Amino acid sequence: MSYLLTSALAGLIFGLGLILSGLANPAKVLGFLDLAGGWDPSLMLVMAGAIAVGALAFASAGRRQFSGLGHAMKLPTASAIDRRLLLGSGLFGVGWGLAGFCPGPALVALGQGELKALIFVASMLAGMAIFEWLERR
Amino acid sequence: MVIAWTQFTPATALAGGVLIGLSAALFVLLNVRVAGISGILGGLLRPARGDIAWRLAFLGGMVAAPALWALLRPLPALSIAAGTPSLVAAGLLVGLGTRYAGGCTSGHGVCGISRLSPRSVVATLSFMATGFLTVGVMRHLIGG
Repeated sequence: MSYLLTSALAGLIFGLGLILSGLANPAKVLGFLDLAGGWDPSLMLVMAGAIAVGALAFASAGRRQFSGLGHAMKLPTASAIDRRLLLGSGLFGVGWGLAGFCPGPALVALGQGELKALIFVASMLAGMAIFEWLERR
Repeated sequence: MVIAWTQFTPATALAGGVLIGLSAALFVLLNVRVAGISGILGGLLRPARGDIAWRLAFLGGMVAAPALWALLRPLPALSIAAGTPSLVAAGLLVGLGTRYAGGCTSGHGVCGISRLSPRSVVATLSFMATGFLTVGVMRHLIGG
């Protein structure tokens, strides 16, 4: 299987997981983020399921020299806990809470033909473009 | 805190999470990539030779997921309460914030925590904290 095919497959499985878990739906996400209303803990279980499988995979990746497709194994090395991380994550959380969309679910909702998801994704791309512009100034 | 038992969907949440984990597993073990959506998308805005097609393939797979799902079962309805101004503000904040943070719910929340990265744990706690605060303020202080 080619690199592009496995990329598409990974994206597809990720998207199916978001649909099955219910997290493609902003109302579900906001139900998790609303601690003071009726709290829906589902998102915790989505994270638990994903991390249980992910932890095995990343542990295995850490022991390997080569990937299944024969590329040299390489894992992220960034470890800085700095202002960029805290401020960036903080801003992201505010946006997440405003609409109930984070990047993955927004793309799935876009694929579902939601106009509101298109507005969000276009604005998110604009936000990413502003980041690139600020970085290159 | 009151748990909304009628909204709580433990089985599908866990199963969906496992699928997301499998996707991340496949992507790191075969493609040597972290399944972080904001990074995959944001990388398109600083295009480099040989670094575009795999991003489009992954994102295309994601966007195509509802079409595949709909072949087998009816798609669950989405409920998006936010109006256009909120969607625009939210999108800008999510785009800018995730790029500064170097990750979002998938890259830091799922993959980073799976790697036991302290940086990702701190990022996840941060965006969850401001997410909780934002919804609290919007629903119970302003909207209440």
